[in-house]
Amino acid sequence: MGIFSFKGGVKPASHKAESTALPIGEAPLAARYVVPLHQSIGGTPRPCVAVGDAVLRGQRIGEADGWISAAVHAPTSGTVVAIEDAPMPHPSGLPALAVVIEADGCDAWIERQPADPAALGPDGVRAYLQQSGVVGLGGAVFPSHAKLSAGKAGALDELVINGAECEPYITCDDLLMRERAEGIVAGTALFRDLLKPKRVLIGIEDNKPEAIAAMQAAVAKAGEDFAVVAVPTRYPTGGAKELIRVLTGKEVPAAQRSTDQGVQCFNVATAYTAWRAVAFGEPVTSRLVTVTGNVGSARNWDVRIGTPIAEVMALAAPNPDTDGVVMGGPMMGVMLPDTAAPVVKATNCLIAHSPALFPPKPAEMPCIRCGECARACPHQLQPFELYWWSRAKNFGKAQEYALFDCIECGCCNFVCPSHIPLVSYFRFAKSEIWAREKEKAAAEAAKTRFEFKQLRDEREKAEKAERLAKAAARQAEKTAPAATASERPAPAAPGADVTTSATVAAPSPAADGNGDAEAAKKAAIAAALERARAQRASAVPRNTDGLSPARQAEIAAIDARRESATPATAPTPVASAAPAPVPADATTDEEAAKKAAIAAAMARARAQRAAAKPRNTDNLTPAQQAAVAAIDQRRESTGLASPAGATGTAAAPLSTDPHAAPASSPPAADADRTSTP
Amino acid sequence: MIDQPAPYLLKPASVTRVMAQVLLALVPGIAAYVWWFGPAILVQLAIASATALAAEAAMLGLRGKPVGPALADLSALVTAWLLALTLPPIVPWWLTVVAVLFAIVVAKHLYGGLGQNPFNPAMVGFAVVIVSYPALVSQWPGISGPDAFAAQLDAILGHRAGLDALTGATPLDHLKTALKLAEGNGSVAAVLADAGIYGPLGGRGWEWVGLGYLAGGLFLVARRIMTWHVPAAYLGAMAVLAGALWLFDGASFASPLFHLFSGGTLLGAFFIATDPVSGSTTPRGKLLFAAGAATLAYLIRVFGGYPDGVAFGVLLMNLCVPLIDMYTQPPIFGAKAMAELGRKEGR
Repeated sequence: MGIFSFKGGVKPASHKAESTALPIGEAPLAARYVVPLHQSIGGTPRPCVAVGDAVLRGQRIGEADGWISAAVHAPTSGTVVAIEDAPMPHPSGLPALAVVIEADGCDAWIERQPADPAALGPDGVRAYLQQSGVVGLGGAVFPSHAKLSAGKAGALDELVINGAECEPYITCDDLLMRERAEGIVAGTALFRDLLKPKRVLIGIEDNKPEAIAAMQAAVAKAGEDFAVVAVPTRYPTGGAKELIRVLTGKEVPAAQRSTDQGVQCFNVATAYTAWRAVAFGEPVTSRLVTVTGNVGSARNWDVRIGTPIAEVMALAAPNPDTDGVVMGGPMMGVMLPDTAAPVVKATNCLIAHSPALFPPKPAEMPCIRCGECARACPHQLQPFELYWWSRAKNFGKAQEYALFDCIECGCCNFVCPSHIPLVSYFRFAKSEIWAREKEKAAAEAAKTRFEFKQLRDEREKAEKAERLAKAAARQAEKTAPAATASERPAPAAPGADVTTSATVAAPSPAADGNGDAEAAKKAAIAAALERARAQRASAVPRNTDGLSPARQAEIAAIDARRESATPATAPTPVASAAPAPVPADATTDEEAAKKAAIAAAMARARAQRAAAKPRNTDNLTPAQQAAVAAIDQRRESTGLASPAGATGTAAAPLSTDPHAAPASSPPAADADRTSTP
Repeated sequence: MIDQPAPYLLKPASVTRVMAQVLLALVPGIAAYVWWFGPAILVQLAIASATALAAEAAMLGLRGKPVGPALADLSALVTAWLLALTLPPIVPWWLTVVAVLFAIVVAKHLYGGLGQNPFNPAMVGFAVVIVSYPALVSQWPGISGPDAFAAQLDAILGHRAGLDALTGATPLDHLKTALKLAEGNGSVAAVLADAGIYGPLGGRGWEWVGLGYLAGGLFLVARRIMTWHVPAAYLGAMAVLAGALWLFDGASFASPLFHLFSGGTLLGAFFIATDPVSGSTTPRGKLLFAAGAATLAYLIRVFGGYPDGVAFGVLLMNLCVPLIDMYTQPPIFGAKAMAELGRKEGR
C-alpha cells in the first residue's frame, strides 16, 4: 500500500487525549428538543407533522425536498409543541425553521423494520437512506444517498472511508472506531455493494492506534478485503481531497468531484449510521459529539439531534472562565452566538472556549511576504498574494490566484508570524465576489426583462394603432349614413363589456335628418346636460376624458352636428381634425351646434376634474394618439365604454390646421388656446 | 461572546521572533569580525542601530502609525546591522548615519514601511554611500593589532589623518588591482601567495567572518526562518560561474572557493538576498532571483568598477521580482488533473 503525501499542512498540538480517556457516554434525555429541518446540504425538508401531534423516536418529521435533501426524524417520543424559527448553531445567529418536541420520557421507538438491500435494489437502498436521514457526518452533511451512484467516469477505482479526524480536540470518530468498528465495516460493505469500487481504503491518522487496531480486527472478522491504512498525522489530512491524495495519489481539483477521478469518500460515522438504518431500521436521531476544551471532564457523548447545546456542555462541567462555545475544531470551527441552539447532524465537537485555552490573537502586523503561509497551504496556493488582492479588493486578481480553491482550513492563518487573519480576508473576498456576481446577474436579468418589455410594448402599440386606424376607417364609413345612434348618456358601469353596451338604445330622441334647427338645438342641449348629470352621478371617467378641451369641444360639436346633421356632413374622425366651430360646409344651424359643443365640453371637463386619473396613453406617437382619439370617438358614438384601466388624462395633440397631418401637433398649450373661441 | 473567527489555535510565531533569530544568526560572523578586525564594527553597529530606531520611530510617528509594536518587530535593527556589516568599520560616523537614514526613511518608509519596500533597504543605503563617497567606502582596515582600536575610533569620529597606515583594499579589490597592474603577466596564484592578505579560503580574517555568516545562515535554514532555495542558488551560481572561468583561465580568475569566501558572498547569500519582502517568493522564483543576484555580483566584482557587486546584484534583481513571481507561480493542488481535463476538452 503506497502512501502518498500532500504538500503543506501543519501539526498543531492535537489535544485529543483529554476526551479519549472515557468511553462513549449516553447523553441523558432532554425535556425539549429543537430539531431544525435544514440539517443537510440541499433542499430544506418540509415538515410532515403538525403542532399537537404525538411522535415516536425515529418518526419522520421532515420530508426530503428534492434529490439533494434528506429526511429528519424525531429524536425521542413526545409531542410536537411548535414548528417555528429557532436559534441555529451557526455564527450568524440567524434562526431557522425547527420542530420543537416536548419529550414524554418514554423514549419509545417507532416500529423498526430492518431493510434488505438485496430486495430493495440499489435505487431502493438510496431512497431508503434518504428517508432515514443519512448524511455526511464528517461535517459537510451532504446527503449520502446522492453520493452513492457511480460517477460520470463510470465504475469507481477506490472507495475511501475517512477516519483520519485530523483536527485537534475532536475524537468522536476515534471513539466510534474503537467501540463500534463492526458497524462501520458493515456500513462500508453496504457502500461498497452500491458503488462497486475496485478497492476500499480506510484512512486513519497514525495518532489513533487503538482505532486502527479495532478497525483492522473488525475488517478481519467480517472477512472483507478493506485496507485499513495508517496515514501520517498532519492537519488537514482529514479533508476529503487531502485523504484521497494521501491514499491514492490522485489530486481532485476544486472544479471537479472526486468521482471524476474514480474515487468516492465517506466519513466513518456516515457508514455507521447507514448500517444502523439498513440493518436495524433506525434513522439518524443521534450522533457522537466530543465535548472538550476548558471543561472538567472531556468526553464523547451519544447525543440526540435537537438537544440544546447548553445541556450538552453541562455534561462536561465547563470551568468558570469559559467564555464561549466553539462548534467544530479549533482550526475551522465556529463560535456559537447562542448555546440554546441545538445539536445538529454537523455537530461533531463542542469546545468550551477560554482566554487561557485560546489566547486572544495578537495585533495584526504587516505581511512580510515570508511565504510561511504558502508552505503551509495544502492546496499550494499563495495566501499572501490572495491576502494582498483581497485586501485591495482586487477580486479579479484574487480569483486569478485561485481564491476559490481555498478550502479555508486555516493552515496559513495558523503559521502567519504577522498574525494576519488570512481566512477571514478570503471569506470576505469570496462573499464579496458572490454578492457582486448575484448583483450582476440580477441587473442583467432586469435589463433583459426591461428591454423585452419595451420591445413588446412598442410592438403592441404599433399593432394596436394599426388595428384602430383600420377600424376607425371602417367605422367612419359606417357612421356616415347612421348618425342617429350617436347620442346617449355615459354608460353607468365603467369598463362595461364592449359587446353588450353596443346594443343600448339611445335615450335621446333620434334627430330626424329633416328636423328644424330649433328642435335640434334643444335636443342637443338637453342631451348634453343629461350626459353631464349621468357622468357626475357615476363619477366614473368616460373614455373621452383624456382628451384636451379642444378635442372635447370638437367631439361635442361633432355629436351635436350628428344629431342635427344631414348624412352628407359626417366627417371622417381621423383625417378631419376640425377646430371647434363646425366646418363651413355644415348645412345645419351653426349656432346650435356651437352651444351644444360648449355645454358638452363644460360638463365633460367637470367630470374630468372629478376623476383625474392618469392614463396609459402617455408617450404615444402623434399617429397613435390620433388613432386613440378616433377609437374613443367611435366608442362614444356607439355607446361603448373604454376599459377602466385606459381612462385618464392625456393631452391629445390637436392640429390647428384642419388639413395638417396629426404628426405636426403643437404643444398642449396651443391646443388649449384653440379650444376657446 | 468572542467574535474572533477560526482558527483559534495559532503557532507561536511572530515577526519579532523571526527578526530576533536573524540578529542572533549574525552573531558568529560579528564575533569573528571583532576578533580579526577589532571592536570598531561594534561601534558602527551601535551607531547604525540608534539611527535606525530613531528614524523608524520618527517615520512611524509622522505616518500616524503606532510606534511601539513596529519598533518591537526588530526589522529596523536587522536593516541597521546588515548595513553596518557591509560598510567598512572605519567609515566616519556620519556616513553610517546617512546610509541608515536613507535605508529607513527613503527605502523603507517612503514606500509604505515594513512589507512594502520593493528594494532591500540596507542595500539601498549601501548603494547611496558607495556612489556618493566611493573613497571612504573603499578604505578597509587590515588585521588589527592590539592598539588599533584607538586609531579606528579616531577614524570613526572623523580624524582621518594617518588613516593610510590602518587601511587597505579588500582582498577582492587587491586581487583585481594586482592583476590589472601586472598587465596580463601576473597570475592569481602569485597574488594570493601574499600570506599577509590571503588565507587558505579567501582574504585573511575575512574567511573566518564568512564562516561565521555561513554558520548563522545554516542555523536560519535549520530553524525554517528561510528555505534553502536562495542560499543554495546564490552560492551555486557564484561557484558555477567562478568555476567555469577559473577552469578556462586559472591564471586570470580566482577559484570558486575564493569567491565564495570573499567579499559579501556569504552575507549576501544568507542574509541579504533572503530578504523576503524585496525578494521573490515562489520556490522557482527564489532560485532565479538568487542565481541572478549572484551572477551580477560576480560580474561586477570581477569585471566592473566596484570592489564587490553583492548590493547591486540584489538591487537589480529586486527590480525583476514582480515579473519572476508572476511567471513562477507553483502549480496548485489538482493542477495536473485540470490540465488533463483541458487537454481532453481541447480534443
